[in-house]
Amino acid sequence: MLWACIRLPHLALDAVLRDVDDPARPLALVTGPAQLRTLHSVNAAAAQAGLRPGMRLSAANAVSAETALHDHDPQRDERAHRFLAAWAYRHSSLVSAQWPGAIVLEASASFRLFGPWPQLEAKLRRELDALGFQHRIALAPTPRAAQVFAGLRDGYALSDRNALAPTLDRVPIRRAALPDEAGVRLHRMGIRSLKELRELPRDGIRRRFGLPLLEHLDRLYGTADDPLDCYQPPDHFDARVEMGYEVESHQALLFPLRRLVGDLAVYLSARDGGVQRFVIRLEHEVLKREAGVREKSHTDVQVGMLAAERDAALLMDIARNRLEQASIDKPVVGVRLLARELPPFVPAARDLFDTRPSQAMPWPQLRERLRARLGDDAVYRIASTGDPRPERAWRMADADEDAACNAPAPVRPPRPTWLLPHPVPLRQHGLRIVSGPERLESGWWDDEDVRRDYYVLETPQGQRAWAFADPGKRGEWMLHGWFA
Amino acid sequence: MGAQVVPLESLLSARTVWRAGRQAAPAPLGESTGFAALDALLPHGGWPHKALTELLIPAEGVGELTLLMPTLARMTQAGRLVALIAPPFCPYAPAWQRAGVDLRYLEIVQPAIQSGSRGALWAFEQCLRSAAFSVVLGWPSSADGPSLRRLQVAADTGECLGFAVRDSRHADNPSPAALRIERVQDDWRIRKCRGGQVPSQGFAPPSHTALPG
Repeated sequence: MLWACIRLPHLALDAVLRDVDDPARPLALVTGPAQLRTLHSVNAAAAQAGLRPGMRLSAANAVSAETALHDHDPQRDERAHRFLAAWAYRHSSLVSAQWPGAIVLEASASFRLFGPWPQLEAKLRRELDALGFQHRIALAPTPRAAQVFAGLRDGYALSDRNALAPTLDRVPIRRAALPDEAGVRLHRMGIRSLKELRELPRDGIRRRFGLPLLEHLDRLYGTADDPLDCYQPPDHFDARVEMGYEVESHQALLFPLRRLVGDLAVYLSARDGGVQRFVIRLEHEVLKREAGVREKSHTDVQVGMLAAERDAALLMDIARNRLEQASIDKPVVGVRLLARELPPFVPAARDLFDTRPSQAMPWPQLRERLRARLGDDAVYRIASTGDPRPERAWRMADADEDAACNAPAPVRPPRPTWLLPHPVPLRQHGLRIVSGPERLESGWWDDEDVRRDYYVLETPQGQRAWAFADPGKRGEWMLHGWFA
Repeated sequence: MGAQVVPLESLLSARTVWRAGRQAAPAPLGESTGFAALDALLPHGGWPHKALTELLIPAEGVGELTLLMPTLARMTQAGRLVALIAPPFCPYAPAWQRAGVDLRYLEIVQPAIQSGSRGALWAFEQCLRSAAFSVVLGWPSSADGPSLRRLQVAADTGECLGFAVRDSRHADNPSPAALRIERVQDDWRIRKCRGGQVPSQGFAPPSHTALPG
C-alpha cells in the first residue's frame, strides 16, 4: 500500500477566502478572547501590508486599516476538512481525516484508474487549486511517513518500502510530527534525528515518554499496523456560507450559491448519486432594538426536480431560477444548502452517433428549467378518462404516467380540440346549427350531475363552436369548446 | 473589390435565392402537411424545416389545429415530442387522441399567470432551441418583430418545426417567419413563403368544412 498525505497548511484561511468575492484583497482571521484579540492567519495581500499571524488586533488595525477582518471559526475549519475528505473519497476508497490539517488517502489501488502517481498527484493538485485550498502532498508506504514527508518537502514521493527506514532515519527530530511535543523535548535532550531516537533503549523511552511515542514510531516505520479512522461519506449534504455583510439583492447571492452548488455537485459525483430536492436556506438576522438581541430567522427556497440530477451547471441554472422567484424581504447574512434525499443517479443514455445540434438540451433538463422559471405546474401532459362529462373526460398527467396517456378514450361523437375551462355564454347572432343535439345526462353518482344538449354551431366568422343548452331548448347557448 | 465567388448551389440550398417557375422546386425539403393540395402549393412540398411558420387566424376555432393535426399525429406516432406553448384553451384529450395524436409525446407548457406573456415567449424560444422537440406550437400573444426573429433563429438552431398562431391583424406587419399562412373566409392563403413565389390560389382544407372536428 502507498499512502498519500495532503497537508493543508492554511485550511482556516482558505476556507474563508473561497467564500469571499475578491480573495486578492487583504484579509485576516482574528481569534482569542475579547480582551486579547490576535491575528490567527493572514493572506498574502495582508502579509504584504505588514500583518503577521499572532499580532495583536490593535497593532494590526494601526498597520493596515483596509484589511478585512473575519472571526476564526473552528467549526468552519471542521466543515472544510470534512468537505475535503469527501472530495478525496473520489480518488480512493480509504481516506482518513483523523489528523488535523491533513487528509490521508491510499493511492496505489487508484493507480489503475487514474494512472501512475505523477498523474494522480497532478490531478489532485489541479482539483485542490480549483477548490481553492493550498496544499502540500507527499507519498510514502505508511500514512504517518507520508504526513512527515508532506511537512518536510512538498511533492516528495517514496514508494520503495526498503528505503523507508533509512530515509526516515535522517528526519530531524523536531520535524517528525511526534505526539505530545515529544520532538521538542527530545531535541533538548540532544537527540537530533529519528535514527538517534531509535537507537535508544525502548524501555527507557517508554518510561520517559509513555507508550504512545513507541506506538507512533512503530507505525511510522511500518513495523506495526496503523488502524486509521476511515472516512465514511455522510448520506446528506449540508453546507453553509456566511456573508459577513447584509445582502438584499438576488444578484449578490449568486456567488455564494454558485460555490454551494459546485460543492454539492462534487459531493454527488463522489457518492455517485444525484439530487432530486434540496433547500436553499437564506438566513436572516434582525436586531431587535427593544430586546437588544439579534433575532434569527430564515427563508427556505425549495428546489425540486422530477428526476435526480447532478450536473453542476444544470443545478445552478435551476437553483438560480428558483432563487430569483423568491422574494427577499429581509437582509440575508448567510446561505445554507441542505440536501437530504440523495437518490441514485442514472445518467441519460445518448446515442454515440447522435446528429442533433450541439446546443441541444434533452427534454428532462429543459423541463426542469421551464418548471424552475414558470412554476411547478407549468409543464404537463394530458390524458383521457372514462367519464362522460366533457369537463371530466380529460385530466392532467405527470411525467411518469405513460400508461394513462396511452389509454384510449371511449368512442363518442366528435369532440372539440379546444375545451374551455368553464362554459361561457355564447351571445352571437347568425349562429347556424351544424349538428346536434347530443344529450348528456350523467354524473348522478357524485352529486354533480349534468343534463345538457350539445350542438355543433357555426359562427359567422367561420368558427365551429361546441355549445350546449338546457334539454329541449335552443337559444341560450353556453360555449364549451372550439373545433379548431 | 472584395466580391466573393459563391456557388449558386449553396445559395439555392440556403434558400436565399430561388428559381422562378414552379417546375424548379427541388426535392421535398419540407415536412409534409398531410394535405396533398397544400403540399403542392408550398415551395418545398410541406412545412419548411428549421423555420418558423406563422398561422394568422381571425379568431380561435377556425380550423388552425385541423391544419396541423396530420403533422402532429405523424410526429407523435413516430415517438417524437411535440410541445404546445401557452395554448389559449385546454387541449381536449379525447379529441386529440381521436385525431391520432399519441398523448405520451405531447407536452404542454402553460406558464403561470404571474410570469405573463414574457414567460410564454421565453418558454417558446427555449423549446425551439433545445432540439428536444420535432414540433413546437405556440400562441405568442405579445410577440413583436424582434421576438419573432428570435423565435425564427431558435427554430433554425434547434432544427425543428416552429408554428406561431397569431391574430390576423398582424398580417400586414412584416414578419421574419419563413412561411405565413392566413385564414381568409374558408381558405388558407399563403402570404409569404421563403424559397418560392407566393401561390395565388388558396387551400381549402376538407375536414373542417365537411366534418365537425
